[in-house]
Amino acid sequence: MTGEGIREIITVGLVLVSSLMCFAAGVGLMRFPDVLSRLHAATKPQILGLMAVTAAIAVNNATIGTFALLTAIIIFQALTAPITAHMVGRAAYRSDHLRRDLLIQDELSVSVDRVEQGNVATAPGGTPPEGPTQDDRPSGEQYS
Amino acid sequence: MQIAMIVAGVFFCAGAVAALYRVIRGPSLLDRVIASDVFVVTIMCVLATEMAFSSHTETLPVLLVLGAFAFVGSVSFARFMAKQDQT
Repeated sequence: MTGEGIREIITVGLVLVSSLMCFAAGVGLMRFPDVLSRLHAATKPQILGLMAVTAAIAVNNATIGTFALLTAIIIFQALTAPITAHMVGRAAYRSDHLRRDLLIQDELSVSVDRVEQGNVATAPGGTPPEGPTQDDRPSGEQYS
Repeated sequence: MQIAMIVAGVFFCAGAVAALYRVIRGPSLLDRVIASDVFVVTIMCVLATEMAFSSHTETLPVLLVLGAFAFVGSVSFARFMAKQDQT
């Protein structure tokens, strides 16, 4: 009886943590100003909420098969969520979908400027009007 | 137990509605990608919550497949965006 009650309390607590994570992600998506800050809010339930709710399943169903599948789900999500966030953030940076006035420090711009300067310096001295249009694409590909 | 289920359901619904709002209103394509990712994760959490409360494990493979779909969709959208550059 007490074991059942403790199990129920643990389940309710973990599920409430997960639902709070999803709610916080929704509020962050609605209220944050640009893509990168929304990305920061959106990656919270992907790991912590899913881990809490899978722990709730494991508490309720303590068998080896359930543990194995839940571990597979968590490891897969922990591997793929950072990749997704990285790709989306990189696409946002490259297509200028961020508010640069909100950035505290932009370390990537230093590298981008250096690469572009180097390309301009080492480019064969051609005619200035068509120089930038031809150099834009390689300099963009340099930091891909 | 009942009260906790209702509270969790309200929070899940609020998060999902906010994500759908951002999918509809999002100024750029990347906002919609992020918001649809959050929506898929919310669905995964709801399925897992249902499993935890009724203590069965029948929809566990659905969680795995939903995670795979979210990953592939978001990454392919991000790559497509990076190629197109100016949208």
